[in-house]
Order: sequence, then structure tokens, then C-alpha cells
Amino acid sequence: MDANELLSWARGPGFDIALTIFVAGMLLRLLEILALGKKPDLSPPRGSGPKGGAATIMTRMLPRKQVFDKEPLRIINGYVLHIGFFIVLFLYGPHIVLFESFLGFGWPALPSGVIDAVGAITIVSLVAALVLRLNNKVLRFLSSRDDYVAWVVTLLPVLTGYLAYNHLVAPYTMMLALHLLSVELLLVVAPFTKLTHMFSFAMARWYQGYQAGRRGVES
Amino acid sequence: MDDLTLSERLRQRGVSRRGFMKFCAATASMMALPPILIPKVAAALEQARRPSVIWLSFQECTGCTESLTRSHAPSLEGLIFDHISLDYHHTLQAASGDAAEHAREEAMKKHWGEYLLVVDGSIPLGENGNFSAIAGISNLEMLKEVAEGAAAIVSVGTCAAYGGLPMANPNPTGAVSVEEIIKDKPIVNVPGCPPIPTVITGVLAHFLTFGKLPELDHLKRPKVFFGQNIHDRCYRRPFYERGQFAETFDDEGARKGWCLFKLGCKGPTTYNACATARWNQGTSWPVESGHGCIGCSEPGFWDAGGFYRALSLPFTDVGETILTAGAAGIAVGAAAAVLNKKTKSDAVNNRETITIKDLEKES
Amino acid sequence: MSGLDAIDVRVEGLGSLGTDNALPLLHEIRHALERLASTGEPTTIDLSSIPFSQHDRDRLFETLGEGEVRARVDAFGPSTVRETAFPGVWLVQHANPHDEELSAFIEISRLPNILTTPLADVEDSAVALAAKLAG
Repeated sequence: MDANELLSWARGPGFDIALTIFVAGMLLRLLEILALGKKPDLSPPRGSGPKGGAATIMTRMLPRKQVFDKEPLRIINGYVLHIGFFIVLFLYGPHIVLFESFLGFGWPALPSGVIDAVGAITIVSLVAALVLRLNNKVLRFLSSRDDYVAWVVTLLPVLTGYLAYNHLVAPYTMMLALHLLSVELLLVVAPFTKLTHMFSFAMARWYQGYQAGRRGVES
Repeated sequence: MDDLTLSERLRQRGVSRRGFMKFCAATASMMALPPILIPKVAAALEQARRPSVIWLSFQECTGCTESLTRSHAPSLEGLIFDHISLDYHHTLQAASGDAAEHAREEAMKKHWGEYLLVVDGSIPLGENGNFSAIAGISNLEMLKEVAEGAAAIVSVGTCAAYGGLPMANPNPTGAVSVEEIIKDKPIVNVPGCPPIPTVITGVLAHFLTFGKLPELDHLKRPKVFFGQNIHDRCYRRPFYERGQFAETFDDEGARKGWCLFKLGCKGPTTYNACATARWNQGTSWPVESGHGCIGCSEPGFWDAGGFYRALSLPFTDVGETILTAGAAGIAVGAAAAVLNKKTKSDAVNNRETITIKDLEKES
Repeated sequence: MSGLDAIDVRVEGLGSLGTDNALPLLHEIRHALERLASTGEPTTIDLSSIPFSQHDRDRLFETLGEGEVRARVDAFGPSTVRETAFPGVWLVQHANPHDEELSAFIEISRLPNILTTPLADVEDSAVALAAKLAG
């Protein structure tokens, strides 16, 4: 298969399959969690559950000081990784075109040169995250195949996108095809790894915030 | 048929040595060679003999020949073309019928192993190759026959190079490209729908000047013309980088000359010389005229999801896919939830109660 | 044709649309001049090999200006050779017999190639003049 055929497959059946598995898979996983349910709490509430839930989603965007002081480097790297990934995904012109096609609205893009630099930083940050994980005895002990698979499928789209934009490794058309295929790999794998956290983080924070808020305590 | 060198022919036409130098400079420029090589080009063209060229037109629209002949003569292309002994060409030759086929056979015999074979149009394989035939000979048979004695083959136009529009889904005639059929001869692909005229003559000029085909890329295209993609040479690139796109034809952005990515421009994945050489003697080219590149020099451009669909979009409607997958996900998720609840309640109902007495008995 | 006339076509000025390729090219010319001055080595730049819009061309020619020399060569169509306001920087534009531009070069040299008489022509003209004087 030459590059053009590969690209057409990635833009055709490849994308359909990947997106279907992603959406269906994510909904499946999230619904399973929701369906676990909660035992009814018959005590009178002392505060507001919903207010606590909503607030906690926002307050946990930043770490507690005690937690931060223990491992500032790894936590800051985590922010760089996530923020970098979001900037590259959501603020690059051609990507916005994709989102606009099903959301019905778009938003302003950042200059490609900026995206390129952020992409490079994100790749470095991803590698740093792996290094920090491997060099920490506890983390390494706790790490499973799921962690490493999630890392690989997250790195590949950013890396291939960077390589494509800068015309490295392979001719552009092939690199673009590989970029789309790596995104499709991420989509297919994500619902079955810890990457479900992209949606479940909100559910977890809401749940714990709700519990605390209902009891009238800080979460 | 004479045997003059190119410079002798030009002198015969009254072109002076200065004129010849000018011709060489322009030819070098057309071949995208750096000016420092002009003396080399001149030296080679001084000696250039007259190659025999057989041009076979198969399943094509004649656009490639049109493109070539729309360059005004006597111009550079005209002179180069005059210097080539075009022994067979349906549209351009005066002879017809048996006389034409006879001319072809004569040329083949006389210059066996040395003539240049130029092909435009795809070759249909369906119905034993009989979807397209000339003088009772199918294109497939004629190609194989003429290719045997050719020194090299030039596939002009995307149809000959990669199958082209006749190959579009469902490919009713079984159209294929030249390189699908001929495997044992040097082939150069000069794609484009049609190719830029100066690119066609640039390749012929290269053959004339250096006696061989220019350096080719992995799709057998001359690197010198097809080595860069349109996007990298596009004058609207700064707008792409800044994220300034035209949303529809003739909107504010379009009139300001903004990037046509959102209108389906395939510039990033298309390799051709349109952005620098341009069309109609450098007048303009599609993007400059406000229409995105359709990728006409790439294989498969005809079934690549639509000319007006941006490169970063998949072929199908994303929203629809999400909704369908969503419905499926909810259904499966609900089923899974029910199954989980059942598993849990079964476990609760079927659990074996154990008392401390049972445990004491076991130990 | 009437239907097409009804479409309101407005051509926006290309003012800001140049690729700004003129500036790096001017620097290349500057380097070439320095090279010519120190080593005598000439340089030729092919203007059709770079993505140059009409706007860039105008900017380039505007900056280079006009100098003292303007020559016209009639060989296989007209060619204009002009020294710009920067001596040593020549603009050579070739056209075919139909006055369509064939190619355009910037030559950084003491004299563009096309102005020098080919040696073979000199030999031929010696013979020709001798013949004319004899007959």
C-alpha cells in the first residue's frame, strides 16, 4: 500500500472504526461505572452535595501544597504534559477544522510555529514522565502493562504530528498517514486503559465532592 | 528525416549563437537546473541528435496533448518539440489510417532500442483490453509491442502514470497505469491532470540534453519538478501558519487571499511544480485563482474523499458516526450494567454462609 | 457571457500578500556582490526558480532601481539587459519572438554573459568582413 492509499484508508474506514470503538467503548465503560450505583444515604444532609461535587471538579485542578511539596518536578511535568497536549490538539488550525465539522462551531487557532514548539515540549515532557516513573521505585513497582501502553499510544500522535509538520523521517504524505493511524490507535485503545480518566476524572471528583458536600465538610 | 544536431537546426532557423545561449539558459531554467550548469546544457545541446519519439494515446481526454500544444510556437517548447522527431501522434500527425500505423512500424524498426515511447491515457484491461483499441489493436497489445523496442517510456499525465480518472470507483473499464503493465523498461511518470507543459518539455529536454531520464522519486516522478509539495511553495502559506482560512468561496477571507485549507486544498499531500512554475506561461495557478489544489498529480486523487473536504477531515460525517456509536455504546453499556447487577445479585443469593464453627472444623 | 457579467468581482490589492521573498533574495545579492568584489567570481540567480509573486518582483525591482546601462539584445526574440542602481547587479530578462517572458535572471558580474560576443562569432565575422572587402 502506498502512502496515498494508506492515507485514504486512515481517512475512510480506519477513522470510522476507530471513532466508533472510542465512543461506544467509552460510553460502555462510563455507564458501567455509573450503574454501580450508590447505597441511598438516609441521613439528613448538612450541606449541598451538588455544590460540593461541582466545586471539587474545579478545586482539584490544583494540587494540595503538602502533595506538591513531596514531588514538585513530577507534578509540574504532569501539567506541562497535559496542557501541551491540549494546546496541540485543540488550538491547531487543521484540528479545529475537524472539531468544527461535528460541533458546528470553531474557535481561533494559534500560529503553527507556536504549536510546533509546544509539540516539541510535550514530547520532551512525555519522555520525562516515563523517566521519572522508571526511576521511582514505588511507581515502577506499581506500573503495569496498562501504564506503558497508555504512554505509547499518547506519545505516538504527538510525535508523528511533529515529524510530519517538520518533514522528518518519512515523506509528508506517509507521515501524515502514520499520524492519522496513530490517532486511530489511541482512539481504539483508550477506552480499555487508564486513559478513560479523560472523562472519568470529572465523575470521580464529582462523586467525592458530593459526598463531602452533603456531609458539610471540605473535600 | 535529417540528422542535424540541435544547434545546427537552430542556426538553420536563423537563431544566432547569442540566441542559442538564450535558448540554453531558458532550457536550463525549464529543467530547474541552477544557472551555473548553463554552459553544460549548452555543450550537451550542441551535440544533441534527433531522437525518434512515438507517442501513443490510449484511454485519455487529449488534455495532455492540449496542454503541451497550447504553449505558443515558436517558443522554447516549440523548438524542442520540433527537434524531436515525432514519428507517431494521433492528434498531431497528418497521416491517418494505414499510413499512420505504417509510419509507426517503420520508426520502430529503424530505431529499435533507441526510440522514446511517450504514453498518455490509461490502459483498460476489461473485456480483454477491448474497451479501447486503435486500428483493431487493443491498447494493451499495442503498448506491449511498442514498449519492447523503446529505450525508455514517459507516462504523460496522471492517467498513464497512475490510472487517472478512468480508474475512479468502480473502474468500469479495468483501467490501469503503464507501470502496471510494463515492468522491464525505465519509466518516468510525469503526472498532472494535465501536467504543466513546461514540465513535459522539461523532461523531454532532459532526455535530449543528457540522453537519459532525470532523477526520479519513489513514484518515478522527476524530483526536479515533483520534489516539493504545493504547500511548501505556496505563496499563501503565511496565512496557513497564522490560522487564517477562507470559509467559503468569495467570503472576506477568500477575497483577502487567505489559505484554502478548509475548502479542501490538497496542497500538503500533492507534489508538483504549480506553485512556482504556474500555468499559461506563469500567469496563475488554481490556488492563486482562489480554488484549492485537487491533488491531480497524485495517485488516487479521484477517490480521496472529495475535492472540497479538508485534509484533516475523514471521509464520512463525524457527527453521524459519533451518534451511531453513542447509541451502540449506551445499548451495550446498559446491557453490561444489567449483566453486572445480575452477576452481583447471583453472587449474593448463591453465597455459602460460613460460620466460625465451620472454619474451626477445617483447621 | 451575460450570466458571468452579473457576478460582482472585486479584485483586492495584493499589497500585503507578498511572500516577502524579496528580502532574503536581496541579501543573497549582497553576498554575491561581496564575492564578486573580493574574488571576481560572478553569480547568476534564476528568478523563475523561487516562489515569487508579482508583488515580490515589484518590491525587488523597486529596491534595486535603475542604473546607467540599458541594452537590448535581439536574438531569438528580445532580451533586455539593465544595470540596476547598484553597479554589478544586472537584470536580464529574456523574451521569445512573441514577446512572452522566457526567463529572468539577476546577474552579479562586471558584464552579463549575453552581452559578450561569442568568440566563434568573432572568427566568423573576420572571415565575413574580409570577404566583403575583397568582393
